[in-house]
Amino acid sequence: MSEPQEIIVIEKNNLLGIVSDLFAQGYRLVQIGCTTLQSSYELNYSFDKDYHFKNLRFIVAPEEEIQSISVIYPNAFLYENEIHDLFGLTIKNITIDYHGTLYRTAISTPFSIENCPVPEPPKPKRETPQETAETQNQNPEVDEQPKE
Amino acid sequence: MAHKNIIPFGPQHPVLPEPIHFDLVTEDEKIVDAIPSISYVHRGLERLVEKRDFNDFVHVADRICGLCSFMHCMGYCQAVEEVMGIQVPERALFLRTIWAELARIHSHIFWLGVAADAFGYESLFMQSLRLRELVLDIIEETTGGRVIFGSCKVGGVRRDIDNETLKGIVNRLTNMKAELDELTTVFINDYSIQHRLVGVGFFSKEDAYTLGCVGPMARASGFALDMRTLGYAAYKFLEIEPVVEYGGDCYARCLVRIREIFQSIDLIRQAAGKISEGPIDVKVKGTPDGEYFSRVEQPRGEVIHYVKGNGSKFLQRFRVRVPTFTNIPGMIKVLKGSQVADVPNIILTLDPCISCTER
Repeated sequence: MSEPQEIIVIEKNNLLGIVSDLFAQGYRLVQIGCTTLQSSYELNYSFDKDYHFKNLRFIVAPEEEIQSISVIYPNAFLYENEIHDLFGLTIKNITIDYHGTLYRTAISTPFSIENCPVPEPPKPKRETPQETAETQNQNPEVDEQPKE
Repeated sequence: MAHKNIIPFGPQHPVLPEPIHFDLVTEDEKIVDAIPSISYVHRGLERLVEKRDFNDFVHVADRICGLCSFMHCMGYCQAVEEVMGIQVPERALFLRTIWAELARIHSHIFWLGVAADAFGYESLFMQSLRLRELVLDIIEETTGGRVIFGSCKVGGVRRDIDNETLKGIVNRLTNMKAELDELTTVFINDYSIQHRLVGVGFFSKEDAYTLGCVGPMARASGFALDMRTLGYAAYKFLEIEPVVEYGGDCYARCLVRIREIFQSIDLIRQAAGKISEGPIDVKVKGTPDGEYFSRVEQPRGEVIHYVKGNGSKFLQRFRVRVPTFTNIPGMIKVLKGSQVADVPNIILTLDPCISCTER
């Protein structure tokens, strides 16, 4: 069964306003997650109300500052400290700010762009007429699972 | 105004043998603030997706935690299957549900044992672990592992359980219920245990909601949140109601876990009665290209596995939001205002799993 999931792309500057609205509507904060992209970061703020999953998303550059939502959702401080410690993003006005001491890591910001380069997605193959003929001769049910 | 002292709790403590630390700011015997500190053994498993392909990574997901191993594996597989549009056979969904509920039973009984040990009830601890052993035996017979199941994979499950064995499992669990009744009666009715738990560590429903708490911690405060009602795996075929208590204290959290053990036994009985014949897996073709937030109910509450693939066999991002991590703000709230002597019991009834948290 596929759970319907709503992903809404927003502007970074609209974050607090939208989150306040969701709080007023009775949504609970499920999680805040961050994903490293080629030269930026993708932030996901997930909310839930009556099992309806809603996700706010925006992209920030490494040097950009983000406003904390911990004044609206008090439990956000933990996720925001996590993002600061692992990704090196600057989040302003966190209600409980650990200043980089929540995670004890061997290197600082191990998930940042510098430390965690994103691999290029695979390029679609250009097939020559000869290769196309060879592919057609092969068994179409080739299992890509690794050997166990 | 009393002088403020800071009392360190953990990372090594006889009641909570897991590495989490709290700086408890106290005024006399009363706690006015609690500052948590985690990440003593952070493993960075999320970044292993760069080195293990999406099929191999199932084994890593299985090893995030010992007590919730199967749920992590199932959540990860569900996410990848959603991204790749894989239709898992119905029999595999039922088998996943049965193993998930067996994992919940053994986790909750283990918690009862650890709680009994914390109260100073050594015999009760032994009896709890003796009963847990019966569940571990079933898990070992059906998966080959006792803690790490290794039975889930992308596209289905690796092993089948024949219908005769399933009937046997249901009979064994039904027989176990009598012993469980006897065991849990002590937790429910014993004067000393009630004295330690009733009215201690109160947590309101409003706090549970606004602080994003999940699992038994939320349900013991009257917040009926259970991801199984979403109907993932075979739960859509089973009758399930979240177990809710309204006390909001340590005793209510204990009651929720006790009632959930019996609920899980009933769910296994239902699943064994409804499971159909058929294949247990499908061939996986292609590579994941897309993203999905998979939500699964672990023994400690809602866990999220976020998977993002870019069309290669290595995932671009894997993130786990574990229930203990999201329960930490609630934990701080409960500790504030409580007595120092109650801290071990309070933290224990919140049942933090640091192995999950340090994924």
